[in-house]
Amino acid sequence: MDKASTKLTTDEIKKLAKLANLKLTEAQIKKMAESVSSVLSYVSQLKSLNTTDTEETSQVTGQENVFRDDVVDAERMLSQAEALSNSKNNHNGYFMVKAIFEEV
Amino acid sequence: MNKNYHPIIGMEIHVELKTASKMFCGCKNDPFGAPKPNIYTCPVCLGLPGALPVPNRKAVEWCIILGLALNCDIPLFSKFDRKNYFYPDLPKGYQISQYDQPFAVGGYLNITSGKEKKRIGITRVHLEEDTGKLMHATVDGKKVSLIDFNRSGVPLVEIVTEPDLRSSEEARIFLKKLHQIIRYLEISDADMEKGTMRLEPNISVSEVSKSRAGELPPYKVEVKNINSFSFAKKAIDYEVNRHIAILETGSLPEQETRGWDEKKGITFSQRSKEEAQDYRYFPEPDIPPIRWQKSQINSFKSQIPELPDRKLTRFIKEYVLSEYDAVILTDEKAVAAYFEKAAISKTVPAKTITNWIINKKADIKKLSPEELVKLIQSKSQVSSMPDKELEEIISKIISSNPKAVADYRAGKETAMMFLLGQVMRETRGRADANTTRKILETKLK
Repeated sequence: MDKASTKLTTDEIKKLAKLANLKLTEAQIKKMAESVSSVLSYVSQLKSLNTTDTEETSQVTGQENVFRDDVVDAERMLSQAEALSNSKNNHNGYFMVKAIFEEV
Repeated sequence: MNKNYHPIIGMEIHVELKTASKMFCGCKNDPFGAPKPNIYTCPVCLGLPGALPVPNRKAVEWCIILGLALNCDIPLFSKFDRKNYFYPDLPKGYQISQYDQPFAVGGYLNITSGKEKKRIGITRVHLEEDTGKLMHATVDGKKVSLIDFNRSGVPLVEIVTEPDLRSSEEARIFLKKLHQIIRYLEISDADMEKGTMRLEPNISVSEVSKSRAGELPPYKVEVKNINSFSFAKKAIDYEVNRHIAILETGSLPEQETRGWDEKKGITFSQRSKEEAQDYRYFPEPDIPPIRWQKSQINSFKSQIPELPDRKLTRFIKEYVLSEYDAVILTDEKAVAAYFEKAAISKTVPAKTITNWIINKKADIKKLSPEELVKLIQSKSQVSSMPDKELEEIISKIISSNPKAVADYRAGKETAMMFLLGQVMRETRGRADANTTRKILETKLK
């Protein structure tokens, strides 16, 4: 496996950080470029396997068609107070966050 | 409109399903009727760690039934995917949706625009979950957003069309027809004021010569937040004119998302400078895939009720109605069913029943179909009764039916029908229904 091919640039790390909603310092970005790349290199060992005869799948449990009936399960529903109990800020029964920018 | 250009319009439509419970958990699905915010939630729809989603069978079946009603193919294998993005109304940081293997693909809907019949392609119909509801407010002098998760995880169907619509009027006709089919299937109220049906036109404008050659414009503008058919039409017209003006100067309209401001009658830019979204879809690992047997698909097909087009044709043929009458009668499934119940006795001509319903001579919300037929029968008989005799009979009926009289005085309109019926029986149908009704009303005041 060619290690150079999985080496991430700092720009790629910046993009990943943005997508993950993380604020990173320049030092952290540098460190991440190293560590994320090494994780990718490690995982990319899988590429050495011959998968010609292996069917593609996105899950391995073997389960299919797991459904629930359309029934209200009041037992599992939380009260308003319970629902809000871990919120940083709430107001009149609502979760409250800093204003989302909207041009309306 | 400038003749050298024509609009290229596709639609994305979101519809909330009216299941009893939410899409992936057993919380009550009634965000609009909820008396308070955040009372129909649980760890699953609040996105708490470790909570596991389990799909609602009925929502999945309804999505497939809608796909079949829109002439789609139902792939035998399907799955859910995660669409990742951050927004405060999305507690998990991703929406469970469907990406490359939706429940229904490749359908169509035929519409009639003026005299022209057209086939509008349906790209896909897929199932996902709705987000929470955001409200913008000022609390303690600070601008904030308030979030209600009662709507979080409500089953949401997305219908995507091909860019086959060529005018705002075609778009309006298509949307009305889609709305009608959804109502016939009884899978959603599709109430645009409540937001259970939401419209997003994708609009671009092309030079006629280019689009004839099968070339699509290199840009499109998506208009969001539209909650009526006529707003959709107006927003499309506004956009088309705006694009033509830009194209005439030799430039290209910017690819962007815009909103519709009904008060000003304009669209406005919402996120023009934003870079392309990167949702990083991947298969939802918490939900096993779905595999159908052909027999199951056939069973879904058999659950589709008679749809508007077929009902319309049958009404014209079976009841010998004009197309105009049949269109009105079949607009709402409930009205069509009412008409058929009234027409089935064949004691009154179908055309007469149609006239009574269409001209609103009777309130069909208050009268049963049988009562309507009786009323029509009694009305079409000529009164051959001296007024004095009729008055006497009416007085007698009033004094011998104190309960019906009390009911009527308490506002029960059906009591009037009962009393009317009693008078009709007593007079063996010789009394004029309208006259009788008027006398009854005067005496009971």
